[in-house]
Amino acid sequence: MPFPTDYKYTKEHEWIKANGSNATVGITSYAQESLGDIVFVDLPKPGTEITSGKTFGSVESVKAVSDLYAPVSGTVNEVNGELATTPEKINQDAHSAWMIKITLKDPSQLNSLLSATDYEKFVAEEGGK
Amino acid sequence: MRYLPKSPADRKAMLQAMGARSIDDLFSPIPAEYRLERDLKVPRQMAESEIVDWFRERSRENGESNATFLGAGAYYHYRPVIIDSLISRGEFLTAYTPYQAEISQGTLQAIFEFQTMICELTGMEVANASMYDGSTAAAEAVMMAVRLTGRRSVIIARSVHPEYREVLTTYAHHQNLPLSTTSFKDNGRLNLEELEKSITPDTACVLIQSPNFFGTIEDANAIADIVHKKGAMLVVSIAEAVSLGIVEPPRRADVIAIEAQSFGVPLGFGGPYCGVIATREQFVRQMPGRLAGQTTDRNGKRGFVLTLATREQHIRREKATSNICTNQALVALMVNIFMTIYGKVGLKELARQNLAKTAYASAQFGKHAKVLFPGSPRFNEFVVQTSEDPYAINSRILGHKIVGGLPLKKFYPELGNAALWCCTELTTRSAIDTAVGLVAESERSMRSAKEEVDAQEVAR
Amino acid sequence: MKHMTRKATRHVNQNEGLIFEKSSPGKAAWKLPPLDVPDVDTAALLGPSERKDLGSMPEVSEIEIIRHFTRLSTWNYAIDLGMYPLGSCTMKYNPRVNELVVRLEGLANGHPYQPERISQGALRIIKTLSECLIEITGMDAITLQPAAGAHGELTGLLMVRAYHESKGDPRKKILIPDSAHGTNPATAAMVGYAVENLKSNARGMVDVAALTSQMNDEVAALMLTNPNTLGVFEQEIHKIAEIMHAKGGLLYMDGANMNALVGKVRPGDFGVDVMHLNLHKTFSTPHGGGGPGSGPVAVKQKLEPFLPTPVPVTKPDGTLGFEYNRPQSVGRVRAFYGNFGMFVRALAYILANGPDGLRQTTEDAVLNANYIRKGLEGVYDLPYSTPSMHEVVFSDKLQARKGVKTMDLAKRLIDYGFHPYTTAFPLIVPGALMIEPTESEPKEELDLFVEAMKSIADEVQEDPQMVLDAPHSTRVSRLDETAAARKPVLRWKPGT
Repeated sequence: MPFPTDYKYTKEHEWIKANGSNATVGITSYAQESLGDIVFVDLPKPGTEITSGKTFGSVESVKAVSDLYAPVSGTVNEVNGELATTPEKINQDAHSAWMIKITLKDPSQLNSLLSATDYEKFVAEEGGK
Repeated sequence: MRYLPKSPADRKAMLQAMGARSIDDLFSPIPAEYRLERDLKVPRQMAESEIVDWFRERSRENGESNATFLGAGAYYHYRPVIIDSLISRGEFLTAYTPYQAEISQGTLQAIFEFQTMICELTGMEVANASMYDGSTAAAEAVMMAVRLTGRRSVIIARSVHPEYREVLTTYAHHQNLPLSTTSFKDNGRLNLEELEKSITPDTACVLIQSPNFFGTIEDANAIADIVHKKGAMLVVSIAEAVSLGIVEPPRRADVIAIEAQSFGVPLGFGGPYCGVIATREQFVRQMPGRLAGQTTDRNGKRGFVLTLATREQHIRREKATSNICTNQALVALMVNIFMTIYGKVGLKELARQNLAKTAYASAQFGKHAKVLFPGSPRFNEFVVQTSEDPYAINSRILGHKIVGGLPLKKFYPELGNAALWCCTELTTRSAIDTAVGLVAESERSMRSAKEEVDAQEVAR
Repeated sequence: MKHMTRKATRHVNQNEGLIFEKSSPGKAAWKLPPLDVPDVDTAALLGPSERKDLGSMPEVSEIEIIRHFTRLSTWNYAIDLGMYPLGSCTMKYNPRVNELVVRLEGLANGHPYQPERISQGALRIIKTLSECLIEITGMDAITLQPAAGAHGELTGLLMVRAYHESKGDPRKKILIPDSAHGTNPATAAMVGYAVENLKSNARGMVDVAALTSQMNDEVAALMLTNPNTLGVFEQEIHKIAEIMHAKGGLLYMDGANMNALVGKVRPGDFGVDVMHLNLHKTFSTPHGGGGPGSGPVAVKQKLEPFLPTPVPVTKPDGTLGFEYNRPQSVGRVRAFYGNFGMFVRALAYILANGPDGLRQTTEDAVLNANYIRKGLEGVYDLPYSTPSMHEVVFSDKLQARKGVKTMDLAKRLIDYGFHPYTTAFPLIVPGALMIEPTESEPKEELDLFVEAMKSIADEVQEDPQMVLDAPHSTRVSRLDETAAARKPVLRWKPGT
């Protein structure tokens, strides 16, 4: 499955698309497939500080909840209000169903994230287990 | 043993099929040092008739056929006969939790109807499928408000049931939630000035009970004004559900925690009862307990399922809204049937009779002793203050096979010789008159004893 | 379907709407006697507190209510109809004498606050049940106050905490095996403890080496289920208890699986300090569609001072009462004394069995589970070869190759006239089938169950779609749980 090459990825299956000192965050198509039909997304309010590696919210299917882990540190500027009423957008197109837009605290943190190729390899290994 | 459906031949055949020599083989995983080699020291096996006799004896030792003036969170109301006829059906009595929705539609639809009626009665938008009881429902409702506001302290009215307050203290203690109490005035209602002063920016919620422990109806709207202005939530506990037939519910509360025992659940020496939490739709994901939701099947047919399970322990585990698993489904079904039987008109009439009996009783008592907390509306309970210790008066009343009001000294020592009396639709005028008569007699003899003492004082 | 089962069928297909859809002004199912006191002017008495409107509360007649709920009941599966092979639920027969005795007037109408002098009957029931449960568990003291298992866990952990606080340090963590029921970690969090996971070993039991390395003076207790959720007895329980006690920790046992132990072994004898029981599992009180339960907590003497208040006592004059003066108590966990109605039923069950009945019950429970294990070995994957006690856990590994999972198999089992087993739990077995028949099942029912499961396994090979689309024979087909969670509709509204 193709992962956008201009995104970076985490091992917790989040993607981040950076644009200078701002970035957009979501979860990958692999994540939404494992979760199944998504029924609810719990996201932080604008102004919240998020810390790299710590949880910033959660995503729920009927039978499971998964925490969302911040790929980098930053401040939340915008939250995708559409996901409150139509969380299924994540199932339909995870890579364009963005969750939060943030201002990066330290853009160099992006360097330690996975590229699309690395993430694809990681997913293949995990799937094979 | 008559509950075990296997013959010795069956057991033998099964062991053979399994290639085991004896039952003992199957218990070999238990280390030998722990295996019991003796009989348990419990009473010997009894025949059914012996069991019935044993419990009949206990029933006789338990004040059979006494009239009662006790309330205080557990109420003696009439239970229509069809409640037990219906809940005794094996398909309700012996069914499991409705996790497999396709073969539990009976239970699930009943829960959905229950949730609907609780909403109608409380003025809230969503209600759950029951909590353990009113006391734990109140504690869980407070925890909900703490989670929702992100604030860490709680104010409780002192006129909330003392045992409910004890439960909340236990729950809050280990969550490091400071609890403070706020007091009531001479009219039985909450002291609003004191309340306003005690709410801080760290107050998550204020918990009140209405009608309160003394039977007095609080001014919930005035309280909501104060509480909301300061950004806190209002949690209202309702212990006497029958009041909802004639008393306006606290529509501006954020969470309501109910004890629904009055709706068709036997007194049963304290349990099982039926707690419920009702709240606004926006808070539903923080509400503990099971929820039945409407949906459709693959053919578009209406059906019901347990939903929003992700709040619960079996999925969230340590992040659950609560640890609650089992609810009170069978008693909730009793409540459901009761609400259906009385319905829109009957619930009002039932409440009205409670009001009438109580108005008569409190007026009669008031002629001879002091009825506390005048000046506020009350539902079916009131407090009578006597010169003599209520325990002594109750002893005499018991001689007439009547249980008198609950002495309050252990809960509210400042009220002196006070007792909490409750009248329901089952309380007879004759019982009221007898009790009033004995209280009147008590007052008379206390007065003349005092007069004698005073006379002796004067004589000296 | 290959061999259509000879099993008794479940229910007639009734058509019945919501009660509100039958409601009509003027219908009534109630009648109150005339007042023997003067009537009142509600407006004058209540003023602005008067309620004017009861909204869309229904108005229906008695026969409509009888038919409504009777029809609804026919849509339910129940123990009275057939086996529930649900793991760790212990769906055993709910004896009817229990229902009779709980309705005896003095017990049914006893007010919890009535004077002790006329409560000797209830108090004797509490005392006798307490003594029996203490004897059965091998513990020293007990509280009957908690309303259910999870509530019992909360009470038990509160006592654990109080114990450690009395020694000067509440400690920080609770160890919980990864096979544990979800109430365990949820409860630990409620009591302010951090949860640390304990791995199971290859035999499905507690990894003793892991326990040794994880146990330190920050750990307050280990919460263990024994037999565990795989139905396996912790054979190294002696070592486990020793490791905990050596570093001042406590051993908590979740008693959900007591049906494998009653009369054969006592948790108090193998080192448990505190445990809860589920009267609605082991002791036959009815599930009633999801409750009420009752979760007594039994403790060793060192935890006795911390029991919830009040505690039943025998007074110097020989009468029974409650003691409220308990300075070290954890407090109350609920108003009044507990689910007394369940005490009556559980005690009636114990009296009906006696020591020999209780032991035989446990033996039959373990026999039944092992019979099913033998019957289905090779047909379904058995993840652990360790012997099973009263329940057995298979996995859907063999069937998953054809795209059929445990939930699908469970739904197909419904067509054969059975309630499904527990699916997808315990979490350490992916695709688990957790089966506990209990002692209440005759050989015939067990044989039908094994036959049904074998038939389904065949169907997976020959016609997997049949299984994937199951159930086919129910009133409703698979329900859309996603829609129910996305846009919850939690009540009926007028006009719908």
